[in-house]
Amino acid sequence: MDKVATSGTAAHGHAHDHAHAHEHEHHELGFWRAYIFSQDHKVIGIQYALTGLVFLLFGFTLMMIMRWSMAYPIRPIPLIGSWLGPSRVAQGIMLPEFYNQLGAMHGTIMVFLGVVPLAVGGFGNFVMPLQIGAPDMAFPKLNMASYWVYFLGGVTMLVSFFVPGGAAMSGWTSYAPLSVIAQPGQLGQTLWLFGMVFLITSSLLGSVNFIVTIVQLRAKGLTWMRLPFFVWAQLVTAFLLLLAFPPLEAAGVLQLMDRRAGTSFFMPSGLVVGNKPLTVSGGGNPLMWQHLFWFLAHPEVYVLVLPAMGIVGEIIANNTRKPLWGYRTLVYSVIFLGFMSFIVWAHHMFMTGMGTTISAFFQTTTMIISIPSVIILTALLLSLWGASIRFTTPMLFALAFLPMFAIGGLTGLPLGLAPSDIPLHDTYYVIAHFHYVVAPGTIFALFAGIYYWFPKATGRRMNDVLGKIHFYGSFVCINIVFMPMFIQGLAGMNRRMYDGGLLYAHNQGLPLKLNIVIGMAAWTLGLFQLPFIINFFASLKWGKKVEENPWDATTLEWSAPSPPGHGNFLTEPIVYRGPYEYSVPGAAKDFSPQFEPERA
Amino acid sequence: MEIPYTVETRPDTGLHNCKLGIWLFLASEVMLFGALFSTYIILRTGAVEWPHGELNVWLGMANTFILIGSSVTMVMAWASLKLNDFPKHRLYLIATFVLAGIFLVNKYFEYADHITRGELPSHSTFLAIYFTMTGLHGLHIVGGMVVMAYFAGPGAKMWKTKPEQFSNRIEATGLYWHFVDLVWIFLFPVLYLL
Repeated sequence: MDKVATSGTAAHGHAHDHAHAHEHEHHELGFWRAYIFSQDHKVIGIQYALTGLVFLLFGFTLMMIMRWSMAYPIRPIPLIGSWLGPSRVAQGIMLPEFYNQLGAMHGTIMVFLGVVPLAVGGFGNFVMPLQIGAPDMAFPKLNMASYWVYFLGGVTMLVSFFVPGGAAMSGWTSYAPLSVIAQPGQLGQTLWLFGMVFLITSSLLGSVNFIVTIVQLRAKGLTWMRLPFFVWAQLVTAFLLLLAFPPLEAAGVLQLMDRRAGTSFFMPSGLVVGNKPLTVSGGGNPLMWQHLFWFLAHPEVYVLVLPAMGIVGEIIANNTRKPLWGYRTLVYSVIFLGFMSFIVWAHHMFMTGMGTTISAFFQTTTMIISIPSVIILTALLLSLWGASIRFTTPMLFALAFLPMFAIGGLTGLPLGLAPSDIPLHDTYYVIAHFHYVVAPGTIFALFAGIYYWFPKATGRRMNDVLGKIHFYGSFVCINIVFMPMFIQGLAGMNRRMYDGGLLYAHNQGLPLKLNIVIGMAAWTLGLFQLPFIINFFASLKWGKKVEENPWDATTLEWSAPSPPGHGNFLTEPIVYRGPYEYSVPGAAKDFSPQFEPERA
Repeated sequence: MEIPYTVETRPDTGLHNCKLGIWLFLASEVMLFGALFSTYIILRTGAVEWPHGELNVWLGMANTFILIGSSVTMVMAWASLKLNDFPKHRLYLIATFVLAGIFLVNKYFEYADHITRGELPSHSTFLAIYFTMTGLHGLHIVGGMVVMAYFAGPGAKMWKTKPEQFSNRIEATGLYWHFVDLVWIFLFPVLYLL
C-alpha cells in the first residue's frame, strides 16, 4: 500500500501546467489523509480489497467452526473450544444457538462484507477508472464516504457477536416472522438490520459513483464498444446495486419497526409462539419480507458473478493472446442478464405457497435468464480455442472459474423449475449449487484478479510457485468440500442442522459420514490459504519489480506507471482501438494496446 | 489531471457529473419508496378492514400546498442564480427552508395528536404504514433542510469563486426537493383520502 500513494511524484513531473498547481497540494497530505481518509480511488480500492479479504477469512473461519459441529457432533471443539465462552459452548460442545449465529453471519459476512466489497469496491474502484483512462472517480469524497459507511456496517455486524444473546441467528435471509420474534428484547437481529442499512447506503453511494464515472469520464476515443468487458460488467453491476438494494432497505426499516415499535408488517394474525398467542395487532404478511428480500438478493447473485466474469474475461484474453470470442455478444448478454435479474426473484419461493401461476411465471423467466449466462460462459470457453495459452497463476484461477461456474449454473436449473425444486429445497443440494457459483466460481475469479492486478497496484509481482500451490491445493480441496454436498442433498439431507442431521428423525440412510470428509477438506482448504497470505505480504517487500505492462496487455490501466500516482496517467490517455487486439496479423508484436497509435 | 465535467457538460452525453449523479440517486429513491408503496398495496389488499378518517385531511391538505409552494420557491432560488441575482436567490432558498420547517411543525402536531390518543404504530397495520412512510418522508425533508442550510450558510461562498458549479449544486438540490415533494403528492391521497 505504501507504494500506491508515494510514487505519485513521477506522475506530477509530467502533468500539465494547469493541473500542476492543483496537484501540488496533494503532496502535503499527511498520513491520515493519504492512507486512511484518502479520496484517491486506488487507495480506497485497496482499502476495500483488504477489508474484504479480512472478512472473507473471518467468514471462512466461522464456517470451519460450524464444520466441526457437523463432522463430529456433540464432541468438544478442539483448540478454540475453551475460548468461546459459556454463552456459545457448553463444556466445549457447540450450542445450537451459536451454530445458528454462525450460519446466519457466515452468509451475511461472505456476501455483503467479503465478496461484494472485494469484487465491486476493491476491483471496481481500483481497476475501472484506470481502464477507462480517468484521473479518479467522478465523486472522490463520496467514494471515501462509501468505504467508511461500509466499514461502519462491518463493525456493526462484528459487534453483534458480543451483545447479550449473540448475533443474528435467523439465517442470512432473516425470514419473518422468525427473525421478528427471535431473541426478544435482545440486540442481535436489530444490529443485523442496522448493519444492512449501512451496507446498503454504502453500495448506493458507490454505485452512483461508478455509473457516473463510466458514463462521463471515459478517455478520448474510448467509445462504448471499445470498453473492456470488465468495465461493462461493473456498469451493469452498479445498476443492479442502485436499483435492487433500496427495496431491501425498505424491508429492513419495516422489520426494524416490527422488532422495536411492535408493528405487524410481517406478522400475520393469530400467530402462536410457545403455546402463547402473540400480542401484536396482526394483519401483516410474512411473504412480503421474502419478496422484498429476494428482490434484492437475486440481483445480488449477479452482483457477485458479473465482476467475476469481467475479471475472467480480461485474464483469458491476455493469456490466450487472442481477442475475446464474441465481444459484442458478451456485452449484449451481460446487459440482458442484468435486466432479467430483476424479474426472477420468486424462484427462491416455490415452497411458500404463493400460487402456481406466479411459480409458472418465475420459472419461465428463470429459464430465460440462463440463456445469457450460458452465452457468456460459452464465449469465454470458445476464446480458448486454438490459443497457445500462458498458464500463469491468474490464468489458472480464471480457467478453473469456467467449469466451476458451469457446475454451479447447471445444477441451478433443477432448482429453477418448481416441480424439481420442491424435493431439493432447503437441502444440501442448494448449498452445493450456490457455493459452486460463489466459492470456486466467484472467489477463484477474485483470486485471479488479485494475482493479475497485484503488479499494477504495488509495482511488484506475486510469487508463481506459491501461487500455484495455492491454486492446486484450493482447487482440489474446494471440490471435495462441495461435490459431496450434491450427494447429501439428493439423499434428502436438510441444511441448517447443527449436528449435521444426526438427531434428525430421518437420518437413516443419509450419507452423514461425508460430513467428516467435507470437514477435513474444509480445514485443509484453510491451510492452503496460507501460501496466499504469505505470498501477498512477502511480495509487497520482495516481489520481482515490474514495469508498466508486465503481462503484455492491451487495456489502458497498463499504460499508467506501476503503481500509478495521484491522477493516474503521465499524459492524457487517448484510445485508438478496441480492448482486445491481440495477435493482429501483420503487427510486429502479439499485442496492440488501446493506447498506442500505430500498430508498430 | 483534474476530474473533467464537474462543471461543463460532456459533449456526447450532454450532462455534467453532478446532474447525472443526482438523477441516479433519485432512481434509487424511486425504488425505495416504490417498495414502500408496494407494501402498502399488499397490506391493504390483504386486510379484512381498512380504517377511514383516522387522519386529519385538512392538516394533510395544508401540508400538500406548503410543499408545492416550497417547490416553487426552490425553482425561483435556482432561476435567480441563473439571472445573476444572488440576494434574491438567498431569499427564495431561505423561504424554501422555512416552508419545509412549517411542514415539519404541522407533521409534529399530527403525530402528537395520534400519540396522545394512543394511536401508535403497533395499533394497526394502517397506522404502522402511515408512521413509517410519513416518517421516512419526514427524514427526507430534514435531509433537504440540512443541504439548504449548508448552501445558505458556509456553502454559499462558492458563488464568489465558482458561480457555475454553485448554481449546478442548487439545481441538484432542487431536483431532490421536487422528488421529496412528489412523494408527498402520492402519500397524501393514498394515506389521507383513499
